[in-house]
Amino acid sequence: MSDSEQAVFDRRIEAEQKIEPKDWMPADYRKNLIRQMSQHAHSEVIGMQPEGNWISRAPSLKRKMVLLAKVQDEGGHGLYLYSATETLNVTRDEMNEALHSGKAKYASIFNYPALSWADVGAIGWLVDGAAIVNQISLQGTSYGPYSRAMIRICKEESFHQRQGYEIMVVLAKGTAMQKAMAQDALNRIWWPSLMMFGPHDSESAHSGRSMQWKIKRRTNDDLRQSFIDQTVPQIKFLGLELPDPDIKWNEQRGHYDSGEIDWDEFKRVISGDGPCNRDRLRHHKKADGDGQWVRDALHAYHSKKDAVSAA
Amino acid sequence: MNNLSNNALYHYLIGMADDALVLGQRTSEWCSRGPFLEEDIALSNVALDYVGRARMFYQYAADVEGLGRTEDELAYFRDEREFTNLLINELPNFDFAFSMVRQYFLDVNACLYLEKLSLSSDQHLSEIAAKAVKESRYHLKRSRTWLVQLGQGTEESNRRMQSAIDELWGYTPEMFIMTEAEASLLATQVSVDRKDLQQQWSATVTADVQEANLQIPDQQWQVVGGRDGDHSEHLGHLLAHMQILQRSYPGLEW
Repeated sequence: MSDSEQAVFDRRIEAEQKIEPKDWMPADYRKNLIRQMSQHAHSEVIGMQPEGNWISRAPSLKRKMVLLAKVQDEGGHGLYLYSATETLNVTRDEMNEALHSGKAKYASIFNYPALSWADVGAIGWLVDGAAIVNQISLQGTSYGPYSRAMIRICKEESFHQRQGYEIMVVLAKGTAMQKAMAQDALNRIWWPSLMMFGPHDSESAHSGRSMQWKIKRRTNDDLRQSFIDQTVPQIKFLGLELPDPDIKWNEQRGHYDSGEIDWDEFKRVISGDGPCNRDRLRHHKKADGDGQWVRDALHAYHSKKDAVSAA
Repeated sequence: MNNLSNNALYHYLIGMADDALVLGQRTSEWCSRGPFLEEDIALSNVALDYVGRARMFYQYAADVEGLGRTEDELAYFRDEREFTNLLINELPNFDFAFSMVRQYFLDVNACLYLEKLSLSSDQHLSEIAAKAVKESRYHLKRSRTWLVQLGQGTEESNRRMQSAIDELWGYTPEMFIMTEAEASLLATQVSVDRKDLQQQWSATVTADVQEANLQIPDQQWQVVGGRDGDHSEHLGHLLAHMQILQRSYPGLEW
């Protein structure tokens, strides 16, 4: 029996048909999806913190509104993704618990601090830019709810990236101090942005299965290359210095070559030794803990109402 | 500023703008700190409405002043003594109950006030009010729901809500005090008489608070002074944060 279910599943993957929540799926496919989708959801939510750090200090009322709306959108993306993940029979509470215990990860980029206003620009431009490259490919992912969430999210992300880049354009055209602020943000955020695509294909623990199941559609290195190719001309347009002296156009490959990522730093930050790992989790746990009485009260209120209407 | 009525209008608009900006700034502090994600998003929406409202009032104030100042110059280059917002708007969030009770008290007033202001003889003000009152009706729907749910929820939520009401009560009378500028604009039906709204506000709040199993405090007390620039110590910190970049590097584009 399970053989034929497996065969149906395999045929559907082969034929590029979406797998839907009620369809049979291999246990590992489900597990792999929960890992990737919840990590994606947590990334959106933890990602609210570094930019949220500048809402109170945004340098104009217009920038304050755009940033607030943007961070709010990230929360919304987290919400779609949690909902999409819930279709795999896992609850928000379970996902939250896995985040707090460290069992579930989030994008390591958010373990870096947003130190200046230019970081808000650079995060929108580079971090959202890298996320879009990845998410565009995930629109074609084999799991239906994930694919639909990605289609919706990509529309908003490209607006985010434009607002980030626009902050950088203003700074790069501004005073020497502003230009230096923009350069410093680019230099710091460039490498962690490249790390967002994950380890080299040869080192990636989950890539093989995920590609086979069409959860992932393009490899880490392939996506990273696309990001570099699209971003280098944008750096040049800003008139900023390239953050990596090894970036050079390679005529033969038709791509930019670039220097090697510091994979020791990547591992250090993922395993907990980034500048903000502890802050990010503490912040999330505190909000969660502070809100417990509110959630309890809501639950109690609705239970009482239900009891009254049942009586 | 070319005449006395323009001067009054400017001060009136600045008070309205400061109210909106200070509450918007406070509410935005909830972003990434809400009790759950849906509420986090909703609170950011409320904050956005208020910052948007502040911009409309500042832009109009800048036009009326006629000195070529911008909304950002008005928001970022005035000190706490020059801010004329209500004290209740500047108090820290303390906890979710405190923020929601404050929001509820202000929303009831905003709906009454803005409805009248939408009939202002000043067309620009009436347009701003017509837009804002729609937002405030939605805010009130939310904050009233929270009042009832948390009042009737658990023992703890009831206790926190009651404590928030007790702590905020004495800041509500300031909502009904007329400034000189507002009083002088009444004759031409530009402004709204705040005193006229007090009775309806009290009746609505009393009924809702009772429905929520909460009590209106017996003891009457009041703290006022925001409209004269006599603030709590909290406002200075809020402005210090908000104004840091503009003050550190004046005159730049961002």
